[in-house]
Amino acid sequence: MNSLEELNAIRDKKKDELSQRKDSQNLRIVVGMASCGIAAGAKPVMDAIIEELNTRGINDIKVSMTGCMGICRLEPIVEVIYPDETRVTYANIDAEKAKRIVAENIVNGQVCTDLTIEAVQNDDGGK
Amino acid sequence: MADIRACGGTQGTPEQERRFAEIIEKYKDTQGELIPVLHEVQEVYGYLPFFVQKKIGEALGIPMAEVYGVVTFYTQFSLKPKGKFRVSVCMGTACYVKGSQEVMLMVKEALGIDVGECSEDGLFSLDSCRCIGACGLAPVVMVNDDVHGKLRAEDIKGLFSKYRM
Amino acid sequence: MQLFRSHILVCGGSSCTASKSEQIIKEFDSHLKANGLENEVQVVKTGCFGLCAQGPNIVIYPEGANYFRVKVEDVKEIVEEHLVKGKIVKRLLATGDKNENTNEDYSANSIEFFARQMRIALRNCGVINPEDIEEYIAYDGYQALGKVLTTMTPAEVIELVKKSGLRGRGGGGFPTGLKWSFAAGNEAPKKYVLCNADEGDPGAFMDRSILEGDPHSIIEAMAIAAYAIGSDEGAVYVRAEYPIAVKRLQIAIDQAKKLGLIGKDIFGTGFNFDLSIRLGAGAFVCGEETALMTSIEGHRGEPRPRPPFPAAKGLWQSPTVLNNVETYANVPQIILNGAEWFSNIGTERSKGTKVFAISGKIKNTGLLEVPMGTTLREVIFDIAGGIPNGKAFKAAQTGGPSGGCIPASLIDTPIDYDSLVALGSIMGSGGLIVMDEDNCMVDIAKFFLEFTVEESCGKCPPCRIGTKRMLEILEKITSGKGEEGDIEKLEILANSIRMSSLCGLGQTAPNPVLSTLKYFRDEYEEHVFEKKCRAKVCKEMLKYIVIDDKCKFCGICAKNCPTNAISGEPKVPYLIDQDKCIKCGLCETKCPFDAIERK
Repeated sequence: MNSLEELNAIRDKKKDELSQRKDSQNLRIVVGMASCGIAAGAKPVMDAIIEELNTRGINDIKVSMTGCMGICRLEPIVEVIYPDETRVTYANIDAEKAKRIVAENIVNGQVCTDLTIEAVQNDDGGK
Repeated sequence: MADIRACGGTQGTPEQERRFAEIIEKYKDTQGELIPVLHEVQEVYGYLPFFVQKKIGEALGIPMAEVYGVVTFYTQFSLKPKGKFRVSVCMGTACYVKGSQEVMLMVKEALGIDVGECSEDGLFSLDSCRCIGACGLAPVVMVNDDVHGKLRAEDIKGLFSKYRM
Repeated sequence: MQLFRSHILVCGGSSCTASKSEQIIKEFDSHLKANGLENEVQVVKTGCFGLCAQGPNIVIYPEGANYFRVKVEDVKEIVEEHLVKGKIVKRLLATGDKNENTNEDYSANSIEFFARQMRIALRNCGVINPEDIEEYIAYDGYQALGKVLTTMTPAEVIELVKKSGLRGRGGGGFPTGLKWSFAAGNEAPKKYVLCNADEGDPGAFMDRSILEGDPHSIIEAMAIAAYAIGSDEGAVYVRAEYPIAVKRLQIAIDQAKKLGLIGKDIFGTGFNFDLSIRLGAGAFVCGEETALMTSIEGHRGEPRPRPPFPAAKGLWQSPTVLNNVETYANVPQIILNGAEWFSNIGTERSKGTKVFAISGKIKNTGLLEVPMGTTLREVIFDIAGGIPNGKAFKAAQTGGPSGGCIPASLIDTPIDYDSLVALGSIMGSGGLIVMDEDNCMVDIAKFFLEFTVEESCGKCPPCRIGTKRMLEILEKITSGKGEEGDIEKLEILANSIRMSSLCGLGQTAPNPVLSTLKYFRDEYEEHVFEKKCRAKVCKEMLKYIVIDDKCKFCGICAKNCPTNAISGEPKVPYLIDQDKCIKCGLCETKCPFDAIERK
């Protein structure tokens, strides 16, 4: 890194890429993969999302991981991020629900309203 | 305190010896190398028996007494072999207030061993550990890298059956 | 393998099949053939799209066009328009519903837990991909380092941090800028910056979360600290129990090196900085600053007497700055937004925000970040959702084994460094354990002392022997053998340990006992004089018995008892043999008729 300009160039390029302003078709999927998420089963969720996207031949959706949002009780958490940065946050997700998210939210643009963090925040996680 | 002579064996396999030499080579110019070396050597042998500590001391020019002193100071280093499945019951505060004592009691009962011991068939060893960070799932038990959360005393009996197969 | 230019995905879920997806597939096949497209377009039957009400559903790739409620007679149009001419059949598209949906907020901010927080240290956790340095840069990462190196002198950096009012988030709350200025003022050929990520306090996991979710913020802040004090080398001391944090931090360091954000001549300014990871090995005392340095030097992690302070003689006898993970995570934001911005948040003497790891008897276990001065009530009830199962809040424990318990009566206290000390607790690293009426305070005090006894390094007698004696008294009390005078003995021991221990951990070890004695003395007295544990936790003071009227002779308790302590026969209430009973409580949880009670 030789100069601040170089840093700014990386920042601007990545910002564009993340918000994908030019291509409004693309969503991003982010899975919480901190220790709490992994302990709660984020890995099979991530696998299920990738598998489902592959099965459907969708290869323009970026799937990545992120850290802990802080509400460990509701992990695994999956977020679908729209090009304009609005987010749909899903909580208490397992592999089956993850496939549903791909099918409904990604493919068909329908938010799975029964799986959002707001909808499940009062569940006690099975126990 | 454990009898150091009881911590078995006199030498490792040729593969272990080779990896041991590599680790020593890697750290020979590092300041404060003893603890990283112990971490990596324990990976190779599974634990730190007496003869291994002696070898480390000789290779690094550190008195055996000091190596032993460091090994016994830190809970990550073990003088005893571990089981094929390393069971750790989390005893962090979050798990404690949610009943990890009962869970521990049932685990001991189910495995027939106490904390720090290894079952006779070499399948399970039991430890208590400090917070593993899965407080949202408290109380938790770890078996190798698998985390089992939200356990109740009655879940324990069934927990280990899949590892016994 | 044959390559197709388009794929038609037809939902084959049972509901869509019921609404004729089979016929639709057949129809597609025949129209594709008619247009000579059978080798270019593939029709695939997929699993359920989950939109059964809108079925049958069809998606055509590569365009990703979703067609809803497709009828057999629509197929001809789809093939001729979409597949032959490349024009999407708009009247069948699903977009109407999509727009409707995105107007509503389905993000995490829609729930109270997030809406009331203020995230500075956690700003990137759960937002960026921690294994991609470019994402960190896209969120203004390394801008603070760039600003510091190209436009500020080291003295200006220290002045800014001082003015912000940032205090150490690891426990003591020492002003960070002041700490840096001491190390900067000591001339030496070599200086070090260290990061304390040996988060040993059981029930605290904010440092782990930051390292796992935003490792670059720590690297950036350490480089800034190094510039400020005139150092060129740093190390992060991480617990070996955090394998994911270690892995991500290593990836982050490697990426930063690759981009030249650490290494030689950063931003062409001639500033060099190298950073490495040192693994802890499972010793709580290594969270104490001098013990941490002794451990990095390769020895038993025993504390050293202070002075000399680390700022004068720290790691390898060189001037050293050691800060905690959360402290560092605040630094880049302070540099970018200014001292005033930061000092406007919080209270008079505690600036900024604090991250709490809240767990125990609380609905929303997790991490939350609030401005200093937020009350316990807001944190516990408004943000974290309160106590589950309709139980009553009894106490909150802060500061881990060095802290104390705050009773329900003081729940409206604003939380900052000084108010917690006044209550007999400490801020500590931010572990916040919530307890309800089912927790016994004497038992909690015993739990923390067990921890301290186990983790005492053994160097100084007050801590090594004193805490052991205290634990023995507590064990006596909780097993129903307490005598008059025991509580007073505990107090005397606690005060002498506090005054005479070598390091901070020893000095604070009696806090859990002292604070529970202060607020819950009646519970101690009940244990000692009445041999009663009101929370029904202390096993030796209770027994499990069968309530004869409620017992329906089903035998489930006996089947589940691990020690065969329960016997009975049809039509006679079951009986628990108190000599065999290990008080595991399994019978109580298994009984379908609530016929077993703790007495």
